[in-house]
Amino acid sequence: MNEWLDPLLLSRWQFGLTTIYHFLFVPLTIGLSLTVALFQTAWVRTGKAQYLQLTHFFGKILLINFAMGVVTGIVQEFQFGLNWSDYSRFVGDVFGAPLAFEGIVAFFLEATFIGLWIFGWNKLPRLVHLGTIWAVALGSAASAYFIIAANSFQQNPIAYRINEEKGRAELTDIGELLTNPITLAAYPHTIFACFMVSAGLIISVASWHLYRNQNLDTMRPALKFGLWMMVIAGIGTTLMGDQLSLAMVAAQPMKMAAAEALYTTATGADASFSLFTLGTPDGVHELFSIRVPYLLSVLSTHSFDGTVEGINNLQAQYEQLYGAGDYTPIIWVTYWSFRWMIALGVLHIIVALAGLFVTRKGRLPANKWIWRAAIWSFPLSLLAMVVGWVFTEMGRQPWLVFGLLKTEDGVSPSVTGLEVLISLLAFTLIYGSLAVVEFKLILKAAQAGPEDTAEHDAETGDVTHRVTVY
Amino acid sequence: MELNVLWFGIIAALFVGYFVLDGFDFGVGMSLPFLGKDDVDRRVLINTIGPVWDLNETWVIVAGASLFAAFPEWYATMFSGFYLVLLIILLALIARGVSFEYRHQRPERVWKQRFDAMIVVGSALPAFLWGVVFANIVRGVALDANHDYIGTVFDLFSPYAVLGGVTTLLLFFTHGVLFVALKTEGEMRRRARTLAFRAGIPTVLVAAVFLVWTSLAFGSIPTALLAAVAALALVASVVANLRGWEGWAFGLMAATIGFAVLALFASLFPDVMPASNNPMNSLTIDNASSTPYTLEVMSWTALFAMPVILLYQGWSYWVFRKRVTRSSIEAAAH
Repeated sequence: MNEWLDPLLLSRWQFGLTTIYHFLFVPLTIGLSLTVALFQTAWVRTGKAQYLQLTHFFGKILLINFAMGVVTGIVQEFQFGLNWSDYSRFVGDVFGAPLAFEGIVAFFLEATFIGLWIFGWNKLPRLVHLGTIWAVALGSAASAYFIIAANSFQQNPIAYRINEEKGRAELTDIGELLTNPITLAAYPHTIFACFMVSAGLIISVASWHLYRNQNLDTMRPALKFGLWMMVIAGIGTTLMGDQLSLAMVAAQPMKMAAAEALYTTATGADASFSLFTLGTPDGVHELFSIRVPYLLSVLSTHSFDGTVEGINNLQAQYEQLYGAGDYTPIIWVTYWSFRWMIALGVLHIIVALAGLFVTRKGRLPANKWIWRAAIWSFPLSLLAMVVGWVFTEMGRQPWLVFGLLKTEDGVSPSVTGLEVLISLLAFTLIYGSLAVVEFKLILKAAQAGPEDTAEHDAETGDVTHRVTVY
Repeated sequence: MELNVLWFGIIAALFVGYFVLDGFDFGVGMSLPFLGKDDVDRRVLINTIGPVWDLNETWVIVAGASLFAAFPEWYATMFSGFYLVLLIILLALIARGVSFEYRHQRPERVWKQRFDAMIVVGSALPAFLWGVVFANIVRGVALDANHDYIGTVFDLFSPYAVLGGVTTLLLFFTHGVLFVALKTEGEMRRRARTLAFRAGIPTVLVAAVFLVWTSLAFGSIPTALLAAVAALALVASVVANLRGWEGWAFGLMAATIGFAVLALFASLFPDVMPASNNPMNSLTIDNASSTPYTLEVMSWTALFAMPVILLYQGWSYWVFRKRVTRSSIEAAAH
């Protein structure tokens, strides 16, 4: 067979690209729906016009983003069956349930109430309308729980038994499945990271306006909100990421070894964490590195004299357990994605803390480069999110479900390489062009700034909103 | 009753929900070139479904996920077997969904025309191809012993399947136009009624042939009965539209689509994907389903969640019950 038409390779690229793409929009939906809900709550409580303007302003960006999240989400729901039918057959009894819950409990809520929120401004009583955006925030946060619970089964399969006759995994305990230790750490880690991305957007947008010394009455509180959100979410992401490392070392020691490119088992000071490494392209030989002793031991075991298993040892163990084969992920991908994720995360917290310091007591720094640097918050926080997922999913390889099913055994037997090539090209084309349109529209909405979208009746005090229609 | 029988029924109900609801969305989208004389007209049309298209489309996500959870083998065979057809449906749904959101973002005419075209094509393709997909399931496709599809994409376009596609296309078109008549005022409302009548005649003819063919070739008595109810509801809908009873006409068309989908599912039972080459390879509600435990967990979730969902979705339709007028569009912000 022509190697370019390998359905396995093409299906992996397609799943990776479409999933990363989908997850560019999800963090904003989760984080901005909460942001908008908070601004709208502030407006309802205080009646201050700037909070209403901020509600409409970030609401508009939320909506441009929301439609993309929905339509790319349908692809996610379908492509387990489209490209990974043997995987679907193997895990459906376990993996399908959280996916169905996600649809029934979360997506219906989100989709119904976003419509009520957009079109309900002058139709619903003020508090009921406020409730609709909170329902959207709740629905989007709940959807992430179920999909991460499903994903955690792939990382750390629990609550199942194998039915040899049917050749599949079968669910034994739904409560256990939904409280997978990986889920309990990965969910808050991901949710806080989503808030970081939204905070990144708010900081970028507010800085862009403040750089130009415009819209001060709305953009100053927005910046302050974004900076605090970044600090709090950043600390949450870090703490939960630490918990996730512990759970990961227990469930997938190979992933942690691959994150550090640690070939031989190391203890104590030898279990060091390299900040930077120059090595041969295959990553096997190290030429130069900067290392922090003990740090890997602390990350993996929360103690200074812990032992971290190396790739070679794990590889030998797995050959004993699962038979001959390569059980090592692509090391340069796991090594660098892990570092970029952490470095960008820490950088965002530092920048946000610095931002809070330079804007303390209402100061606005005249120094232009501060604002120019702050504008990078949004793209860099998105990048951190992307490399985090790349690490999680590539670190799982060669397994599709760790220890149970290899990626190569999950692909659809009935789908040809040519068919996957067609779909991969089609998705790349349409996703690529939509990304350009989407980016321009968000940029335009962000640069236009907040508008006065409400008319106040001087006598009755009633507020009429300029309603949005398509 | 066995839980897999219950879940066969729930899957049928979810697809009924999807086709009845997104069906009129597709119809409204397809009606743009016929009913939308100018930009305000087209905005009126799009705004009839503005607050609800998203929740309507969510039904297919829930139907797909429930299929995955309740009948993994069915989900795996159907989605991998109809690969390219489902790909086109997905691309169409993407193009259409973002177009609703994007078309009003810029005032240029070319910009709007481009997204209008995407709405029309993005509505027509799924409306046609969902019919092709379900006609193929009913008719049966070639499956190997692992239940994997062994035909090509061209085998999916048999005369019966194409007729199925034309049937859903016409049903959804008329359904959407009847929705427009129910949701607009004045000139648009009159035009929609006339168009619904003109579209209604071929819809009745094509749907009748398809339902009779289904009942005779693949059905049993329950199929024929459900198909007959669908056909009667369809004729009654056309008559109600002629009389100007817009609510009845739309409701009866919803019943038509609902009963037609039920007739298809009834003709399948107890198979879920019959193999046309060898009955031994067919997927049935027994060999395709999840374990009783998983189905039980799902049943409790559905039992508690679905009434709440129907309640708030119904409430959403109630909130937006007013007709959309040209003046309300012209007065509003973009």
